[in-house]
Amino acid sequence: MASEAIVETTPLLGRLSWAAIPADPIVHVTFAVVVLGGLAVLALLTKYKMWGYLWKEWFTTVDHKKIGIMYMILGLIMFLRGFADALMMRLQQAMAFGGSEGYLNAHHYDQIFTAHGVIMIFFVAMPMITGLMNYLVPLQIGARDVSFPFLNNFSFWMTTVGGVMVMASLFVGEFARTGWLAYPPLSGIGYSPGVGMDYYIWSLQIAGVGTTLSGINLIATIVKMRAPGMGIMKMPVFTWTSLCANVLIVASFPILTATLALLSADRYIGTNFFTNDFGGNPMMYVNLIWIWGHPEVYILILPLFGVFSEVASTFSSKRLFGYTSMVYATVCITVLSYLVWLHHFFTMGSGASVNSFFGITTMIISIPTGAKIFNWLFTMYRGRIRFELPMMWLIAFMLTFVLGGMTGVMLAVPPADFVLHNSLFLIAHFHNVIIGGVLFGLFAAINYWWPKAFGFKLDRKWGLVSFWCWVVGFWVAFAPLYVLGFMGVTRRMRVFDDPAYHIWFVIAAVGVVIIAVGILAMLIQFAVSIINRDKLRDETGDPWDGRTLEWATSSPPPAYNFAKTPIIHDTDSWADMKKRGYERPTKGFEAIHMPSNTGAGLIISVLAGICGMALIWYIWWLAAASFVAVIAVAIAHTFNYRRDYYIPVEEVVATEDARTHALAQLKAEG
Amino acid sequence: MSRIRQWSYGAGAMTETVPDHPVSLARRVMTSRRLRPLALAPIMAALAGCEAVVLAPAGDIAIQQRDLLVFSVLLMLIVIVPVMVLTVWFAWKYRASNKAVEKEHDPDWDHSTHLELVIWAVPLLIIICLGAVTWTGTHLLDPYRPLDRIDENQAVTEDHKTLQVEVVAMDWKWLFIYPEYGIATVNELVAPVDRPIRFHITATGVMNSFYIPAMAGQIYAMPGMETKLHAVINRPGDYVGFSANYSGDGFSNMRFAARGVDDAGFDQWVAKVRAAGQALDRDTYLELEKPSEKVPVTYYNSVDAMLFNAVVNMCVTPGKMCMGEMMDIDRKGGLGLAAVSNTWPLVYDKFARRGDAVFGSGESYVMQVCTPLEAERAAIEANLRRQQNARTLERADPFNRLTGAALAAPGKVPEAVAVNAAQAGPQTLPAVAASLTPASQS
Repeated sequence: MASEAIVETTPLLGRLSWAAIPADPIVHVTFAVVVLGGLAVLALLTKYKMWGYLWKEWFTTVDHKKIGIMYMILGLIMFLRGFADALMMRLQQAMAFGGSEGYLNAHHYDQIFTAHGVIMIFFVAMPMITGLMNYLVPLQIGARDVSFPFLNNFSFWMTTVGGVMVMASLFVGEFARTGWLAYPPLSGIGYSPGVGMDYYIWSLQIAGVGTTLSGINLIATIVKMRAPGMGIMKMPVFTWTSLCANVLIVASFPILTATLALLSADRYIGTNFFTNDFGGNPMMYVNLIWIWGHPEVYILILPLFGVFSEVASTFSSKRLFGYTSMVYATVCITVLSYLVWLHHFFTMGSGASVNSFFGITTMIISIPTGAKIFNWLFTMYRGRIRFELPMMWLIAFMLTFVLGGMTGVMLAVPPADFVLHNSLFLIAHFHNVIIGGVLFGLFAAINYWWPKAFGFKLDRKWGLVSFWCWVVGFWVAFAPLYVLGFMGVTRRMRVFDDPAYHIWFVIAAVGVVIIAVGILAMLIQFAVSIINRDKLRDETGDPWDGRTLEWATSSPPPAYNFAKTPIIHDTDSWADMKKRGYERPTKGFEAIHMPSNTGAGLIISVLAGICGMALIWYIWWLAAASFVAVIAVAIAHTFNYRRDYYIPVEEVVATEDARTHALAQLKAEG
Repeated sequence: MSRIRQWSYGAGAMTETVPDHPVSLARRVMTSRRLRPLALAPIMAALAGCEAVVLAPAGDIAIQQRDLLVFSVLLMLIVIVPVMVLTVWFAWKYRASNKAVEKEHDPDWDHSTHLELVIWAVPLLIIICLGAVTWTGTHLLDPYRPLDRIDENQAVTEDHKTLQVEVVAMDWKWLFIYPEYGIATVNELVAPVDRPIRFHITATGVMNSFYIPAMAGQIYAMPGMETKLHAVINRPGDYVGFSANYSGDGFSNMRFAARGVDDAGFDQWVAKVRAAGQALDRDTYLELEKPSEKVPVTYYNSVDAMLFNAVVNMCVTPGKMCMGEMMDIDRKGGLGLAAVSNTWPLVYDKFARRGDAVFGSGESYVMQVCTPLEAERAAIEANLRRQQNARTLERADPFNRLTGAALAAPGKVPEAVAVNAAQAGPQTLPAVAASLTPASQS
């Protein structure tokens, strides 16, 4: 075990030494593959002289659309890592029976389940919903960009640096072995003296800065930058749910930051907030982390509720049923999500009245959530439903999510929770809502808005393969976990002695393989679509007969989104414009004021990452130096006066004329 | 210093409810015999043969918890089933290719007050019903609440003497102390059937969760705190207990045998433990506490009567101040500035895992910014100051002395803790220094 080696600290390199490289063959092979793959990518980029293009057009961009796409790519890459962890866990649990230790020792296995949770929540789900909101919100409200474009770029890079640090922990040192919420005292210095917990703390702290800032940014954008006429009750539902999700982010992430700061104070300077000694109290950590953690799951699901609302209405060719009650339901959920955190630890012994209170508030959340389900249902009622891929994901979501919701309410009854808490039933429940809700929603969103982002639709055949593999694979993988929960099997187990469990773990492993095929099919879907992009091309900018403003502009939209800011009269503004025979403006354009690209966000984030790594490895001089550098670059950036520019009117006219021409040609053909 | 701890420490006592609480309506609903066969039929049928212990437990508490689970599912199915059926039905019926319903298409229909009322009211009614059952069920099945019935047909009477069991979750095994019998076991819990059991639960270092699915729901085991669980086993048999909260490397093997036996069997077992065992004193305990995995069942024929109390108070190790004492000092207003350096008797597991860290690493960490010599001197000074403080306190309140299980009372050397008393005098410099060495090596 790596941690048994005695590591000395040196002033120059802290506790970093050759001993920090894990002695695990699995890690070595992975490392070799990553290095070779990475070198190949770098070589290709150099060969095709892509560096300048990447730097100018992507890394330093402040365009919300490009940043949104980069968030999605980050989420996708991290998803593959997180899924690899899931595969390894399923394999271990399917193997470790009858005295077999499986193929992973505790040191490795415990890191894997911790990393799986951390990565899937912080570096897959969060970047993907942030990416989605980034891409869509300004388009849906008719804005040119977000309120603070530089901050947007900076937020993205902070999140990315956090993700890179988690990945680095695989090859240098170790990751936390505490479970994804790292309860002390196990995560304290006495029980987790290694670098794993420090990787956990600093990667989340750095990524958390990005998340909080992007939340502030999007709230300001939604509040201040809506097109004229778009009153708050005329906002598209996705924008509404994004607003609520970002309010939750801004109100809850500081709690996470503070909690982790207190934990790092315990670990680094010997304070006693969460220790067993000196009146410290680990139960405070459990409370605090869930005061962040419960709103967090609503941060993840709310924007996807918005996605499903858009999808339901577009593909049923109808207005959304009960827009007002949908909005109120979202706001109810936002408020209530702060009143339920204790249901994550009924078994800590708070007493019956406290437990009942939190159990009942949890159940109350199911009322607005149920209302939402009914609203989608009645949106389909008397519609003309087109079974395009996003609509199929909606149906799969509705059927899967209600069952996840039901098992959630089961867990909300404290006495029932006493027998199911921490069991595989719980695992099945939250995968039921996170895969069935968040992931299915993301897949619906990707299939729905891909044509907007790239100008061509995604391949339907491979999309269907992916869809069926995911839906079937999900149930094959997680239904056995529900059963195992009833058999009293608890989570995070590495080896088993009761042979009765074996068959269920084998079935679950088969399910994960089916999901793997689904993921592969999705990647093939992307590749095939890119190859056949000319066949799948959409020139109209409105391939689905959409109802909200983003479908009014071209696909992909120009840098400035809308040459002339549209005026809004209705919730389904684009459907309304189409109905009223809206004519696209073709003349009278002016130069457009836009923000300039800057590399400052990337530079500050990399410096912050260096500071984090130095703190993890106790390289104090470097931590101090990089921290000073972060401040210095941030101050220096305030002296950068080349922050904006005008897109010349000729360029706007040329872009818009090309679109006018294309649309005219399309009309002539069709 | 320890105000919060004090609260948590006292939580058990605070939340305990009166045993002869009137049996409420909801409980009757929950456990009514009319409801049960209906409730269990589908799920039991589906899971028959796969040993779903949570659905077919052997203890009355777990059975009631199961009933509540099934009741909540049935209640929710009232709305879940129609929603799922309607989803599929609407999706199929209103498909674009279905010409039959083309005329029904109404793109602007987006509101109906009646429907809105229904879709908000139906879940609301269900939640009101479930909420009421939850409120009563949570109170009646509160783990802190002493049992009022052995099973459905048998109330607890004065003839039922509650069995006390003290449970300590350690890295990575379970210690069970039977204070009334003066015996203890590792990784084996045996209890007579149909006799109420009161578990007093704590842990040595990290959080665990004490769970015997066949008997009753779980409750966390936490260091420096005592949680309680009241339960009963109704059916003789061999069951499994384990930790349901991840606690580190050896977690997977942190399992124990839980057996329900008849009264005669229990007496025999007690005799067996008494015959076969060794004594569980503080030294044995400290040795046992060291991290270990897959520990075989071990019997102890006698137990230090104050041991569990010392475990909860985190003062088994000689020289450590008990939390009760710390709280006592705080209650009197604390030690003022003297407390700043009076820290060594309070350090429990802040810097290193309990026991010798066989699985932990030798990696260094910032412990205190001083040289070992300085630390040593500080500790000695602290020790002297502690005695002085204790004397002051004694003078101030002669009736309320600090008499912890591990600390010597001022001016006295209790027999039980003679070994600890060595720490109290100034002649013990080497002992203090020795106790410092492992901690100050970095």
